Amino acid sequence: MQKQILEIKKNAIEEIEKAQDAKSLNEVKIKYLGKKGELTSILRGMGALSPEERPIIGNLSNEVRGDIEKAINDKQNKFDKQALQKKIEEETIDITLPGTKIKRGSKHPVNRVIEEIEDLFVSMGYDVIAGPELETDEFCFERLNLPKGHPARDMQDSFYITNEYLLRTQTSSVQARTMLANTEKTPIRMICAGKTYRREDDATHSHQFGQVEGLVIDKKERNVSLADLKGTLEVFVKKLIGKNSELRFRPSYFPFTEPSYEVDVSCFKCNGKGCNLCKQTGWIEVLGSGIVHPNVLKMNGYNPEEYGGFAFGTGLERLAMFKYGIPDMRYLYANDIRFLSQFDRKEEEI
Amino acid sequence: MKLSTNFVKDYVNIDVDVKQLAEDMTRVGNEYDEAGKLINATKLIIGEVIECVDHPDSDHLHCCKVNIGKEILNIVCGAPNARKGIKVIVAQDGAQLPEITIKKGIIRGQESNGMLCSLAELGVENKFLNPEDKEGIAELGEDAKVGEDPIKYLELEDETIDFELTANRGDLLSILGMAYEIGAIYDKKVKEVEIGHKEQGEDINKTFTTEVKTDNCKLLLVKKVEGLEIKESPKFIKNRLIASGIRPINNVVDISNYVMIELGQPLHFYDADRLGNKLVVRMAEENEKLTTLDGNERILTSEDIVIANSTRGVGLAGVMGGLETEVEEDTKNIIIEAAIFDSVKIRKTSNKILRSEASNRFEKGLEPARTYMAIERACTLLEKYANGKVITGTVKHDETKEENKKIDIKYQNINDVLGTVIPKNDVQDIFRKLGFTYTEKGDILTVEVPTRRRDISIKEDLIEEVSRIYGVDNIEGKLPIVPMKKGSYNKTLREIRNKMIALGLNETLSYILINDKEVHNYTLDEFEELKLLDPITEDRNVLRYSVIPSLYKIYDYNSSHGQKDISIFEIGKGFYKKGEKYGEDTKLCALMTGKYLLGLNKTQNVDFYAIKGVVEEILEYLGYAGRYSFIKKELPEQMHPGQSAYINVNGTDIGIIGKLHPDFVKEDVYVFEINLDELFEKKVGKMKYKEISKFPSIKKDVAFVVDKKLESKEIEKAIKSSGGSLLTEIEVFDLYTGENVEATKKSIAYSLTFTDNKRTLTDEEVNSLFNKIIENVSKKYNAEIRK
Repeated sequence: MQKQILEIKKNAIEEIEKAQDAKSLNEVKIKYLGKKGELTSILRGMGALSPEERPIIGNLSNEVRGDIEKAINDKQNKFDKQALQKKIEEETIDITLPGTKIKRGSKHPVNRVIEEIEDLFVSMGYDVIAGPELETDEFCFERLNLPKGHPARDMQDSFYITNEYLLRTQTSSVQARTMLANTEKTPIRMICAGKTYRREDDATHSHQFGQVEGLVIDKKERNVSLADLKGTLEVFVKKLIGKNSELRFRPSYFPFTEPSYEVDVSCFKCNGKGCNLCKQTGWIEVLGSGIVHPNVLKMNGYNPEEYGGFAFGTGLERLAMFKYGIPDMRYLYANDIRFLSQFDRKEEEI
Repeated sequence: MKLSTNFVKDYVNIDVDVKQLAEDMTRVGNEYDEAGKLINATKLIIGEVIECVDHPDSDHLHCCKVNIGKEILNIVCGAPNARKGIKVIVAQDGAQLPEITIKKGIIRGQESNGMLCSLAELGVENKFLNPEDKEGIAELGEDAKVGEDPIKYLELEDETIDFELTANRGDLLSILGMAYEIGAIYDKKVKEVEIGHKEQGEDINKTFTTEVKTDNCKLLLVKKVEGLEIKESPKFIKNRLIASGIRPINNVVDISNYVMIELGQPLHFYDADRLGNKLVVRMAEENEKLTTLDGNERILTSEDIVIANSTRGVGLAGVMGGLETEVEEDTKNIIIEAAIFDSVKIRKTSNKILRSEASNRFEKGLEPARTYMAIERACTLLEKYANGKVITGTVKHDETKEENKKIDIKYQNINDVLGTVIPKNDVQDIFRKLGFTYTEKGDILTVEVPTRRRDISIKEDLIEEVSRIYGVDNIEGKLPIVPMKKGSYNKTLREIRNKMIALGLNETLSYILINDKEVHNYTLDEFEELKLLDPITEDRNVLRYSVIPSLYKIYDYNSSHGQKDISIFEIGKGFYKKGEKYGEDTKLCALMTGKYLLGLNKTQNVDFYAIKGVVEEILEYLGYAGRYSFIKKELPEQMHPGQSAYINVNGTDIGIIGKLHPDFVKEDVYVFEINLDELFEKKVGKMKYKEISKFPSIKKDVAFVVDKKLESKEIEKAIKSSGGSLLTEIEVFDLYTGENVEATKKSIAYSLTFTDNKRTLTDEEVNSLFNKIIENVSKKYNAEIRK
């Protein structure tokens, strides 16, 4: 019987080795280990054995069963591995083909600049205020110390809808609205960025353009001065244009401020050496600014003896053009998809 | 204002490089455009043509031998007036002229070692040249010395600065005003204006009268000069006019311009014999006609000021004289008018008719003392350079009362506003340099401002003067010391923008002005359109109501440039008048066409559901989940009636969505617009934790075959009504038409989720609920179950 069992083992191992797939392996398993398998059948004849032989044969058959099972398992594992390998090979794809996605959106460069300016000033405690684009003559001019017949109104040919209503020519109208709306007459720190309109259209002027305007009003005893205006605009220019920018304040004339200053920034193209962009002067005019005119304070409910402050404003297009190296202002309004889609990523941190 | 530095040096003694002067003036607030030599040319020398023969190989060239002192040059010249014996300007080998560089060479076989120049070739503008100067080379006078500098000989050795002045500094529209400004910068005294002439004959007041019939002329001075000799002006007058940008004509006319440039007061000279013995200042009649100096007939209104004689108009006050009484070659006697007219009236007239050097000065406002000075100065020059006899007396009409303004200011005031610590003495010194006098009483300085500085009237103006002369560069910048506070901004609009970008759309920045034919498109709202009174072009003559026309234009532009995949959006204003109210709303608008979903074998074009998905994403992101619906009703004719709807939030239509009508555009273009101001009035739900069931959910799928026109919304309603509280989710997962479904029908598949937060549901109860739902829908909509 011992011999028979060993014979079974030999045959089983041979057949296991010969098995080509899981199915034939399973057949081998049934043939030898199944309920009606050869090993099982032979064990049924155990009853005829002597009590001395039984444990020996029992142990041997258990051993053989274990060996066969292990061989089957090993073979099965081998098949499984092969099958998995095959599956993986079949599933292997060209990873250089493009991913699935929706189109990527983009943010307009002018709005990018607006957000950057807003973030900067909000971090300094300014409120961002919005105002109407369809304005009244009162807020656009009269309350800003530009009475009817004032020559400075010539500088801004306007789009009137009626004698009273016009498209705002400057975001400064929001200054007047903010001051007037603040019935408590408390200090103000605000900026306003938005669209403005003038009756001109050529290579360097668009009839619609963006402006940002800032206003600080505080109690006289806190002395919000020209030096503060200078420091504030230095922060602004260095953040928006570049750390190494130099500023030059040039006395000028605006009806809403007195004293008034235009602010030149060292030419960003040539760093002040002189080039075509700056007409060889090394400077580019960027901002208008000044100390709020006492008439403007008065007309909007602030007592100029008790309150004072500064205001500034600048165009947005040129800042965007400089920042992204856009050569022509008209690109900003053509809205060519090939242009827009270039502005599709987060800003670099400076 | 173009400043001749030679001219201003008559009044202030400076020795500064022209570029430096321009920069220093800029730093005190007087910006310039250009600064440099009047004549920008090198290696020029006076020569004499000692031989001039025709070029053997040319029908117009000459071969000249030119003596320039140190040598004799062979020069080929094409000018018709080149001839033996004339003194000429020679540009030598290597000379740099404004347009060209001169090099030795051979011209048609003949040696040429330089060029004989015309004034135009030296850079003198054509408008300043006499006809003979335009045709040939410049011929210098007998007194020109061979070998010397021709620019010096012509007295054209000037340097100019072209200033762009601010509107408030009318005082700088004169050499004298510039002298005061330059004097303040360099601390130099300004010299007196030279006035001194004889007066003779019977007093003019006996023979000549004036009548001022309008308030718009506060000062009128009239003098008479007789026996004038009209001829060419002396070189210095001509050259200074040229340097100032004015064309020289003859000595008399030139003197009126010269005095205007020098003192800033425009004068007008009338031919006294053609004028008669009376000068009237009055407002024009409506449609009154007047022919001005330039020969144009002008039609006037009652807003224009005219100068008239006893019978008719002879000049448009402050703008241009009349043709009839113009000073001409044969004029002997003149009447000089020096006046101050209302600046606003002059500005209006000149804007309408013509902007001139004179009107520019009247507009900015003039100083009466200067008017008196100017009329005398003109007489002095007319006596000296035109042999005129100045008639005794002046006819005066003077309603001006001008005194130097006195302004009180505290030193502390100045330093507070500027953020400086400028010592008292330095402040006083600045006012002294500016030519302002002052008295001091304790802390208060009373500053007396000369009338020429009409721009200064309040203490803030004085503070600006201090900052100008002190130098803003010398003020150290700092940040305001103010209480801390949190800054704020409209976060929602920014989040919407970022969400739209994340949804794959490109943000645009469009014009709000559109054509009035488009203003009522894409909407059935009633409103009055807002037209511009004076548009630049008819293409943009009205304010948009909807943003869609603006985006459509951008679509059109891109599409015509070969772009097929366009998904754009904008947050912008729409404008209206409703009833008596003018208003504007903030709108979110998008336009989508072409590819939207990208990827291998997955690329999909935009369809209604894609753009609807964008709207749903935005509304749900903003918190309107479960509060919005899409409603079909009468649509604007630009929208596809079968693929468009109104977007409704909490019962109000706040926007429109859909495909553009195929009649309107061939391609599949989809748009939506949401009125954000209306949307934000609607309440949103709070973001709050909801319990997640611990018990498993059971999902059941069903597909109904129903009439094609039946909206899914209706089926969902029916499902919900019979599903009760255990039905927690309905998801549409398939829409099918085609094979195995009748042509008039469609199959919609729903996945239903049943959950109870308190227990595990049994199959039996879910099946019974599911069967109830199927039964209800089948009965209600005659639906079949698709197997």
